Amino acid sequence: MLDIPTPLDPRLATLLLHHEIDQFNARYAAALDAQRLGEWTEMFTEDAFYLVTSRENADRNQPVGLIYCDSRAMIRDRAFALEKTAMFAPRYLRHIIGNLMVQPEGEMGDIRATANYVVLQVLFDRPDATLHQIGVYHDIFRHTQDGLKLRERRCIYDNLLVPNALCIPV
Amino acid sequence: MTDGPAKLRDPRYRWPEAGLTRVPDWVYTDAAVYQREVERIFHGQTWNYVALEAEIPNPGDFIRSNVGPTPVVVVRGAGNAIHVVENRCAHRAAEFCRTLSGTTKEFVCPYHQWTYTLDGGLKAVPFRRGVAGKGGMPADFDMQARGLKRLNVTTHRGVVFASYADDMEPLTEYLGPEILREFEATFDGRCLTILGHYRHTLPGNWKLYHENLKDPYHATLLHTFLVTFGLLVAGNKSLMLADATGRHGVMASAKSDATKVAADVRGEMRAYKEGMTLAEPRFMDFVDEFDSPWSVTMATIWPNLIVQREMNTLGIRQIVPTGPHEFIMKWTMFGFEGDSEEMTRHRLRQGNLMGPAGFLGLEDNEAIKFVQDGMQRVPDGEHVVELDPQTAYGTSDTLISEAAIRGMYRHWREVMDL
Repeated sequence: MLDIPTPLDPRLATLLLHHEIDQFNARYAAALDAQRLGEWTEMFTEDAFYLVTSRENADRNQPVGLIYCDSRAMIRDRAFALEKTAMFAPRYLRHIIGNLMVQPEGEMGDIRATANYVVLQVLFDRPDATLHQIGVYHDIFRHTQDGLKLRERRCIYDNLLVPNALCIPV
Repeated sequence: MTDGPAKLRDPRYRWPEAGLTRVPDWVYTDAAVYQREVERIFHGQTWNYVALEAEIPNPGDFIRSNVGPTPVVVVRGAGNAIHVVENRCAHRAAEFCRTLSGTTKEFVCPYHQWTYTLDGGLKAVPFRRGVAGKGGMPADFDMQARGLKRLNVTTHRGVVFASYADDMEPLTEYLGPEILREFEATFDGRCLTILGHYRHTLPGNWKLYHENLKDPYHATLLHTFLVTFGLLVAGNKSLMLADATGRHGVMASAKSDATKVAADVRGEMRAYKEGMTLAEPRFMDFVDEFDSPWSVTMATIWPNLIVQREMNTLGIRQIVPTGPHEFIMKWTMFGFEGDSEEMTRHRLRQGNLMGPAGFLGLEDNEAIKFVQDGMQRVPDGEHVVELDPQTAYGTSDTLISEAAIRGMYRHWREVMDL
């Protein structure tokens, strides 16, 4: 462990928090890319809100989501349904997350952040990876006993027309 | 109506000898057949869904939509009447309305600023008289004859339909009494609130979507989620209704407990999985808010509308065909004025069942893609739709039936003259 002096230089604290969230997003992408959905569900707090919706809906303050989960229980049900019941063609997905911006920790320990994301999809009978979704994560993180968790992740996508089906979460 | 291309009289468009129990691939894959469908079905004697009134509540409100593949604008005029006009400038064809929805006093084509009233009349042409006595339109240019193409419009219970035909029967007659009853069970007079949209492409022929919802057989087999949690199982109280013409349908079922299904029935259903439980079971609750024996109804209203009442998640699905091999689906999810915050949340939670990421919805989209893939890669075959021979075509009270699909093709062949 580094011997970090306290109180921390605020610039260093900002840098560490940014790094911590950046690493979290890399793990999040890795879990989804490997389709380890159980691991994905554990990255949320018990009272988490997870939403995937279009920019059209978000801009109009319309609440509907392609995926709408207002608890970790629902996120678990989503993972369970996709792993045990859903029929879809096998595929590889690659989540690329960048342009992370982190706001200073607010009251109640909420940490607000945004990041751009791109999801590329490969079907096994096509040579190309297609752009499946492009958008922005609007996040609220929280430090818990089990480390950093998502209290909220709103995935707002720009490509209004979803190509056929969104089979793996964003 | 034209006869269409002579090539449709080619023997390869001959229907299989077996009749309605077979559907040949060319119905789903042929460009000339698709062209004739646009002409005779979407632009023919049909009422096409275009919008909900709740999307354009005030004068000047407009929304982009489609009739078949054709882009239109649906707008509420100054006098509160709803107009549907082609989204194509009468001058040089520019698709002038580019925003998804909004509010305006008039439509101005950005190219040469031809200006139209909300009901599609041509209001102004810049430099109509030329400059300094030179140029401009001919003296006899008729402004009245150069408006936007206007469609016939009707509404029922807040749902807006348009037609290229001026001599359409009233919508209630078009639907017929049985389909109308189900339509009015969902649109029960309460004012609608818009919860948002889903939009997706689907790489399959547009009719496959109708057929999927006239095929209750698949629902008990493909949708493990639905079956496991008792929404639909073989042996449930259910109905596959078709109207007298065969073009419209309603797939209806009443929720029951899958654990009570007889073991022999369950054995046939590979989709049924013992002991599966949800961490958040309230998401599957049905709040009985409708005057109907059914907890789930899927109404297929010819040619471009599906009305989804999947327990408490309610939605419109609008089919926008883009060619024989693909269509766009636009969903408008709604609730009712007076819904409590909790009821709205319940609808939104239950929305996880449907749409392009829905537990059921994504499976339908994938299955339809597989069908189109199959026809394109192993072409010139035919589909077998023989289930339930006791019913030649139309309404059936067993889920193990394809009679409603046969009914639809009986109508389609008549209109298409094929």
